[in-house]
Amino acid sequence: MSEQGQTTEAAPEEEAPQESRSRQVLREIAESSSMVVFMAIVASMLIGGLLIIFADEAVRESAVYFFSRPSDTFSAIGDALGSAYSAMFNGAVLNLQAESFAATIKPFTQTLTMATPLIFAGLGLGLGFRAGLFNIGAQGQLLMGATVGAYIGFAWDLPAGLHLLLAVLGCALGGALWGFIPGVLKAKRGAHEVIVTIMLNYVALYLVAWLLSLEAFQREGSDNPISPVVAETAQYPKILGVQFNLHLGFVVALLCAVGVWWLMERSTLGFRLRAVGANPSAARTAGMSIGAATIITMVIAGALAGLAGSAPVLGTQKFLTDSVAGSLGFDAITVALLGRSRPLGIVLAAILFGGLQASGPSLQVNAGLPVDIVVVIQALIVLFIAAPPLVRAMFRLPAPAHEKEVAA
Amino acid sequence: MKNIIRVGAVAAVSALTLAACASAPEEETTTPGATADSTATATAEAPAETVDFKACMVSDSGGFDDKSFNQSGYEGLTRAESELGIEIASAESTTEADFLPNIEAQVAAGCDLIITVGFLLSGATVEAAIANPDVNFAIIDDLADNDYNGETDAPNIKPITFDTDEASFLAGYAAAGASASGTLSTFGGMNIPSVTIFMDGFLAGANYYNEEMGGDVKVLGWDGADGQFTGDFSDQSKGQNVTEEFLNQGADVVMPVAGPVGLGAAAAVQSAGDAWLIGVDSDWTVTTDYADIVLTSVLKNIGNSVFDTIAETVDSGFSATPYLGTLENEGVGVADFAEGAVPEEVLANLDTIKAGIIDGTIPVDVS
Repeated sequence: MSEQGQTTEAAPEEEAPQESRSRQVLREIAESSSMVVFMAIVASMLIGGLLIIFADEAVRESAVYFFSRPSDTFSAIGDALGSAYSAMFNGAVLNLQAESFAATIKPFTQTLTMATPLIFAGLGLGLGFRAGLFNIGAQGQLLMGATVGAYIGFAWDLPAGLHLLLAVLGCALGGALWGFIPGVLKAKRGAHEVIVTIMLNYVALYLVAWLLSLEAFQREGSDNPISPVVAETAQYPKILGVQFNLHLGFVVALLCAVGVWWLMERSTLGFRLRAVGANPSAARTAGMSIGAATIITMVIAGALAGLAGSAPVLGTQKFLTDSVAGSLGFDAITVALLGRSRPLGIVLAAILFGGLQASGPSLQVNAGLPVDIVVVIQALIVLFIAAPPLVRAMFRLPAPAHEKEVAA
Repeated sequence: MKNIIRVGAVAAVSALTLAACASAPEEETTTPGATADSTATATAEAPAETVDFKACMVSDSGGFDDKSFNQSGYEGLTRAESELGIEIASAESTTEADFLPNIEAQVAAGCDLIITVGFLLSGATVEAAIANPDVNFAIIDDLADNDYNGETDAPNIKPITFDTDEASFLAGYAAAGASASGTLSTFGGMNIPSVTIFMDGFLAGANYYNEEMGGDVKVLGWDGADGQFTGDFSDQSKGQNVTEEFLNQGADVVMPVAGPVGLGAAAAVQSAGDAWLIGVDSDWTVTTDYADIVLTSVLKNIGNSVFDTIAETVDSGFSATPYLGTLENEGVGVADFAEGAVPEEVLANLDTIKAGIIDGTIPVDVS
């Protein structure tokens, strides 16, 4: 690919070959085979297991006299792994110790709840990746979406239904605006989207922190940087009843996934975006406007990331703080890569990550493990996805066709 | 290269092998009868008798290693485990989305008392408390009053708050006496009540010194409504910059109210050499490496309050009566002053002032 970039690139842009190399990496990651993705998950679970073993006090104590009585060490390892993985299962899939049916299935609904913002933001990022834009700004876009949506939610007084609709649209709008800025800067001035989106994350963070220092964003009689609770008319209704946290946002996220699939696979606009992502020079030669495609992509990606902000402010947490985004914007990058930038893949990857996050409380409370284990497993997945040759070497998978060509 | 790896691998394996050669603990190699004995010893070593009580704690997103209130609270919990013989469990929140799931997991795990740390958990605590009326809750640094009617939103929540300004008043008074340049300074992490209450008391204490002793001591960084804030509780270099600025303006006492950011302030004070630092939350002569520049510390005994709350609940059942840490109940206080730093006369007045604050004759708010 890079040779092609060098030969066809007539414009005197020095960074053109580099640009195409970064696009190449992006595409390789995005198009890594599903077997590699699956094996990456398996490998990170295995290494995560090793960490669980080392983190366990009983194992470390018994390992000291391993040669005198190895059985102690092995049984401690078994206990540690058993309690960790069963805590993960109980926390993320089904709670087999629960007495009622509702309590048994509650963990899975919790997984879906945690997956909701990741689906939204992952879809936005995946869209950008396929159009050749490495958007790191989901965090800021999410925060702006959450801010606008939350403000509409707690400050306006509207009938149910309309209020929720406007709050959700507000989330999309806030994110779209924050996506539009880097889009237009890139299209008109060539500013690199990675730098601009990273910087806008900080702008968004401090903007929200400042807004929360204003009376208009604070609770009555309190100076804490925490907004009033969003009105019930603007909250996502709980779709499985009050004992479950799963809310309508999950359904909206699935609808967005279908929408993005239709956009990218069935519409002319999507074809253009993909063409620009695959080979901008060719797309330009074919008469497509790269600038317009960049702006449109960033606006849609921003709107989706902004919708991710609706999950906490209108669904689970129901108020705004400056840490409402958590690490969602960055986790969503992993989700998009793991889902190979395809809507279905992103939904599944988001559910996997939602499950990992949902298992956090149970891991800590029932298995006494640090929650960092979950973060490590997530990080390892990224590592393995980003290094497909490593995973292929580990599991002796065949190299994909295009890489063989490069090697030859 | 390969050789290096091989040598390294051999070295690592032999190290592990040697490390694993220790002999197995004795009690388990002996006869079953002896095992019973050793179990008995183990029980005797365990604290008092094991109580059937499970206390749990949920952190905010700072985590239990934040060198600030999450950590203090957790220390209280572990102290309760070792001294009261209760069972404990804890859950750190990495984001706000974890608050409610963490609390729910602890409810499901059968916790009798769940302590949540920080005002950010207020909403989740109230929600869980209403949904689980038979589980008891306590929340640190918040009144759990989200509808502002002046009452706790659920009958099974005990709010734990602190009148930190009473203690920082004493620190401000003593610092004004200790300052050679007549300029004190303070800054916060963010302009939020649990931070500014320290700064209010500090300013009021310095003003009181001016009134009583006829001094003209200034306080930089806080005027009772607005002041200097670094914007977060993590970036130590900001603390260093702000402090250097204060020192340039002639300040010779700095009180950083910003968690770990205060360590940056400590570094700046140390390199200046002729200034003092006032620690917050815990005794910084113990918890930091800057013991020789610490004038005193404004103590917020979160650990004690957690321990006391648990002990009270174990002994005599749960009471939702709010806990308010004051000078009187030693929920807040000041640590020992650096030797010779504060004039005798000023030190002598502190006891009178303390008594005055406790009986209400000396107001600690900025006036």
